[in-house]
Amino acid sequence: MNKIPFIPSSRHFKKNLQLSLLALPAFLIIFVFSYLPMGGIFIAFKNINYSDGILRSPWVGLENIKFFFTSNDAWMVIRNTLLYNIVFIAVGTFLSVVFAIMLNEVIRRSWLKAYQTIFFFPYFFSWIIVAYMAYSFIGPYGILTTWIEKLGFESFDFYSETWVWPILLTLINIWKGLGYVSIIFYAGILGISQEYFEAAEIDGASRLQVIRNITVPLLMPLITIMTLLSIGKIFYSDFGLFFFVPREVGQLFPVTQVIDTYVYRMLKVSGDIGMSSAVGLFQSVMGFIVVLFSNYVVKRIDDDNKLF
Amino acid sequence: MPLKRRIPQLLIHLVFILFSLSCIIPLISVLSVSFSSEVDILKNGYSLFPRVFDLTAYAYVLYRPIQLLGAFKISILVSVIGTFLAVLAMAGIAYTLSRPDYKYKNKLSFYVFFTMLFNGGLVPTYILISNYLHLKNTIWVLILPYLAVPWFILLLRSFMQKIPFHIIESCMIDGASELRIFFQIILPLAKPGLATVALFTMLQYWNDWWLSLLYIEEERLVPLQYMLYRMMNNISFLTSSTNMMPPGLKNVELPSESARMAMAILAAGPMLAVFPFFQKYFVRGLTVGAVKG
Repeated sequence: MNKIPFIPSSRHFKKNLQLSLLALPAFLIIFVFSYLPMGGIFIAFKNINYSDGILRSPWVGLENIKFFFTSNDAWMVIRNTLLYNIVFIAVGTFLSVVFAIMLNEVIRRSWLKAYQTIFFFPYFFSWIIVAYMAYSFIGPYGILTTWIEKLGFESFDFYSETWVWPILLTLINIWKGLGYVSIIFYAGILGISQEYFEAAEIDGASRLQVIRNITVPLLMPLITIMTLLSIGKIFYSDFGLFFFVPREVGQLFPVTQVIDTYVYRMLKVSGDIGMSSAVGLFQSVMGFIVVLFSNYVVKRIDDDNKLF
Repeated sequence: MPLKRRIPQLLIHLVFILFSLSCIIPLISVLSVSFSSEVDILKNGYSLFPRVFDLTAYAYVLYRPIQLLGAFKISILVSVIGTFLAVLAMAGIAYTLSRPDYKYKNKLSFYVFFTMLFNGGLVPTYILISNYLHLKNTIWVLILPYLAVPWFILLLRSFMQKIPFHIIESCMIDGASELRIFFQIILPLAKPGLATVALFTMLQYWNDWWLSLLYIEEERLVPLQYMLYRMMNNISFLTSSTNMMPPGLKNVELPSESARMAMAILAAGPMLAVFPFFQKYFVRGLTVGAVKG
């Protein structure tokens, strides 16, 4: 507090007041749209009906949550959410790091720039546009569908075959994020001090040795942080990917329904507020626990890499 | 570096060119379908290059484009107003957080970043916005919820922490008020950071379908992305009952397949045309974001 000792305390008060004023608009937005909903968590323990209103609807305790876990959907949506996320994190991180290392190996700057720009393309598309793109390949008139028929195979309806969707969704998700994440890692590599590379060069290390013994170990803190951030969101999914890309085909729900789409459909399609809020609360609480736990684990292993 | 010690360039370029193609081809396929003749599509399917070049889809989409223009107007309005307000609000709080001598710095940081760890969930938010704030079916519901995104605040704070404190200190000694320092010194100095966050924010607003999916039911407030979503299964959302085929195209098959793709091109086009030019800001934003805050 006493960094500027010659300023009297009345000025400190004025300074803090004005700084608070600058923060006020964002403070209020966060209060209304993030903290007020937290106060509504109790809805999950009520049987909401519109005639009584939200506050007067009867309490039902853990009934809603029990109802979710005894339904067939619970296992399915939790499994889908976790499995997809695990695959996305493992494959996505691996490929992004490989891409970042390869970007670092490109000698010509003009090529490097071109690649960076093009890799960013998928990031600019909304999931709805991506859904249209996917449809242009695998829809009933899609390029891939047409090819399959032209090659003499039986016509294949992608939107009714469940087994292809785990592969498709993984491919599409990796495709959309690869450019973005690999550039984060690439920036991390650029941040590594050149001295290490020069020293290795003088010692006559091969390129692969440099990558294995210098680039990857020094990139590890960043990889850890990025992975932790993803693990912290393991109970959350990219709503757009699972909602738009499979075009809401009910037949595909066993492999495309995740917690987020389930909560949305419970609320907007089935109108089941109790169930929807119970599942949402389960998601929030599990997400919170996972963040705290993964941060604790990292703190134990290497204190420098912890998130908070 | 001696050439032979490097990983073969050819291999790298091969992988990268393949991935680049995978980024470009979907766009080409959508473009191609939008320029194809409907009759040909129904007979032969989509193709990477139009077999029969045809502008019917665009003629259809752009003929009396009342709905389309309305959606564009909403999307542009939301993106512009939203980005402006968001950058201002987030810069304000980010600056306050960047000041080491601010009394409530730690408490305020916790207040902001706790929302990244825990949230109330969809249902309470939905009920709050529709039943208590009565924001449903207003343009504000498309703007307000994204005005203070913790991740962007973190990013802006990192940018502002790089501004040397002695600049602020000397302004204080000269008797400038905090508000004046913020608007006349900090904002101009933080321009690259503001530009980065402005771009991310604008992209978020432009590409957003989530808020309209939840809170918009009135036709006049439908933004572009939401319109595209509704057209996914039913092209008729594009046209009102009075809006028929252009006069010269009567008795032609309704170009639903190609018109849908034409709409996707019209929606994705503006962003795609603009953003490659600002790519360096994105890269810069990501780089700063990667540094632990």
